[in-house]
Amino acid sequence: MKYLTEYRDATIALPLIERIKRTATRPWTLMEVCGGQTHTIVRQGLDELLEGAIEMIHGPGCPVCVTPLEQIDKALMLAARPEVIFTSFGDMLRVPGSDCDLQQVRARGGNVRVVYSPLDALEIARRNPDREVVFFAVGFETTAPANAMAVWRARELGVPNFTVLVSHVTVPPAISAIMQSPDNRVQGFLAAGHVCAVMGWTEYEPLAKRYRVPIVVTGFEPLDILEGMLMAVQQLEAGRHIVENQYVRSVRREGTPAARMRVEEVFELADRKWRGIGEIPMSGLRLRPEFAAFDAELKFGLGDVHVNEPAECHAGEVLTGKLKPPRCPAFGTRCTPERPLGALMVSAEGACAAYYHLAKYRGSGDSAAAGAVS
Amino acid sequence: MCLGIPGRIVELRDDGGFPMGVVDFGGVRREVCLSYVQADAAVGDYVIVHVGFAISKVDESEARRTFEVLREMSRLDELDWIGEVADAALAGQSAAPAPGGAP
Ligand code: SF4
Repeated sequence: MKYLTEYRDATIALPLIERIKRTATRPWTLMEVCGGQTHTIVRQGLDELLEGAIEMIHGPGCPVCVTPLEQIDKALMLAARPEVIFTSFGDMLRVPGSDCDLQQVRARGGNVRVVYSPLDALEIARRNPDREVVFFAVGFETTAPANAMAVWRARELGVPNFTVLVSHVTVPPAISAIMQSPDNRVQGFLAAGHVCAVMGWTEYEPLAKRYRVPIVVTGFEPLDILEGMLMAVQQLEAGRHIVENQYVRSVRREGTPAARMRVEEVFELADRKWRGIGEIPMSGLRLRPEFAAFDAELKFGLGDVHVNEPAECHAGEVLTGKLKPPRCPAFGTRCTPERPLGALMVSAEGACAAYYHLAKYRGSGDSAAAGAVS
Repeated sequence: MCLGIPGRIVELRDDGGFPMGVVDFGGVRREVCLSYVQADAAVGDYVIVHVGFAISKVDESEARRTFEVLREMSRLDELDWIGEVADAALAGQSAAPAPGGAP
């Protein structure tokens, strides 16, 4: 598209990096919340290029990574039922549950289908009135409007055989949890541009003030991220802590009101467990009672599922910035994208997978500044 | 999963009161729900699409303006930067090669 390649321009990236280095009078620690940004940072080698000026901590912003094991196990139970067609975004299929993953359930005969949009899942339900169609509704604020619309449409069209297994999480409570953690090292945040495209950034303003931490709404291209870093460092150097918007081309302060309204109509805030991190109060969304008929957990009486996270996976420490993926003892040996131990190795947006693929990317020279990092 | 992809609206359609459309992503075309950007989306506009839904409009003039600011910022710094590369090269260290355009 117009102005997409421009934001990947290496001739601008390198001077921007120098500018950040000159602006930082001491090393600063920033967290990019979104897995999409983690991917760009690691793939383009921005973290290494900025060594000494900025340390990037990769945040918990990948829905595939933070969906709790309990919800994966519930998905596996539903997908194994003979009357169910289980639908999901493709990247959830290989997330390990306690015993197996959705792909293995499919191999054993479960009817598991990958959809591109939750509306596709609704369409499958309309075409298969004799089956129960369940959609795995995961994601952050970016995905919530789509999932909310599928439920809202199902009620409007009267589709009785469509339900959703909800596992939504929201970003602001995660920022609070990170800042309140006793060993927190994060001094500034790059907030995920697409979350803010939906929600705007008004919810971030009290956080920036309370924790005295700069929050910069940032896009996903290398130049976006570098400019977001520069804006955060300028604030830190000046002792300021406000919300700024780097991603002006797509994000407005009030977000996208129509999307926010639909989310609020269908979902309400609830406590939610994050995989590897634990429960964060009021950090998730669940269906409002008016939409209980579309709740797969109620319809199939799933109740509480108790699980233990695999002890070998250090996802919690990675997600809170205490451990870099290559330092996990299982990294690249017992845990690979082909045979993942934890969710962070599954999704392309997961921090462990991003590091695992790093060597390949850099080897191919597919980097904004490949020459500078090799 | 959180990534939205920018694309250009090439067709608007009303699916029984539900605003849909076709969006072109650099040659690949997909059906997209335009309900959330309906009020101001027209054929030719750019939108960010996530899991089949347009979640916001891309403001082309803002895209251009931001890019111009970044370019200007870099242009101002470029001489210093090249100087540093030259110094490093003269000192016999490995240094970044001169930038050679977009990857
Ligand atoms: S490398 Fe694998 S086992 Fe280690 S933290 Fe990452 S996902 Fe978990």
